[in-house]
Amino acid sequence: MQDEETLLARLRAGDEEAFGAVFARFDAPLRRVALSFVRTPTAVDEVVQETWLALVKGINGFEGRSSLQTWLFRILVNRARTRGARDARQLSFSALEGDERPAVDPEAFGEDGRWRSAPARLEFDPETRLLSAELRSRLVEAIESLPDQQRVVVTLRDVIGLTPEEVCEMLEITEANQRVLLHRGRARARAKLGPPTTEAGL
Amino acid sequence: MRLLRRKPPPLVCREFVELVTDYLEDRLPARERARFEAHLAECDGCEGYLEDMRRMIATMGTVTAPSDPHTREALMRAVRDLRGGS
Repeated sequence: MQDEETLLARLRAGDEEAFGAVFARFDAPLRRVALSFVRTPTAVDEVVQETWLALVKGINGFEGRSSLQTWLFRILVNRARTRGARDARQLSFSALEGDERPAVDPEAFGEDGRWRSAPARLEFDPETRLLSAELRSRLVEAIESLPDQQRVVVTLRDVIGLTPEEVCEMLEITEANQRVLLHRGRARARAKLGPPTTEAGL
Repeated sequence: MRLLRRKPPPLVCREFVELVTDYLEDRLPARERARFEAHLAECDGCEGYLEDMRRMIATMGTVTAPSDPHTREALMRAVRDLRGGS
């Protein structure tokens, strides 16, 4: 992609092709994040549409102090949180959700704290080095079923690929809390993909 | 007075799985990191768990959401309006 300065200049000039390129690149990730905040397809459409319109309205005032990506996601997160409040589905990050469950079912470990038997491995595609198609679709469900805060953090970090700093700023949480939520969310998602130990071991 | 610096006890698997995120985020203090890596080198179960976790995270990065065609139209309309109005 062209450098951001050039892109911003084209956006400010109202260049449709430039808007099209930004849309092609960020619409799907924005929808993913919207989906982690609001539940109905209508709400997702609305929140994402509002974000794009805010880009058009705000592009002249955008000074480029953050990247365009960070700015867009910040707009989206603000809209999604407002929208969530309107739908009486307040997603608050002021206190961490109580979730003290360990990353792995304690039954998987013996008295000595070691695996009773080596955990079963996740099936993957040797060519892409990614999880198999079946596990991939279960992973999508697993992310969607995570507790609110975990789902949002895992989506922003692992699905979208934002940095810890960006996520902390958007959600107004500390780096340590961000990491706790990421850890719990990843561990829970992993647990939903299959038992941590081979059946023979338990 | 002599400061007795005992070698920290080796990590067990149950502790290992709780440190995976801190490790991947590069947030483990040097001593903890050394314990983590020492355990990793000798435990196939934990090596597999970590590798699967890495694969799962990489796979998450490929999850997208289908676009809504109306959104693109609305965006383009807004761009045209803005230009027309200025």
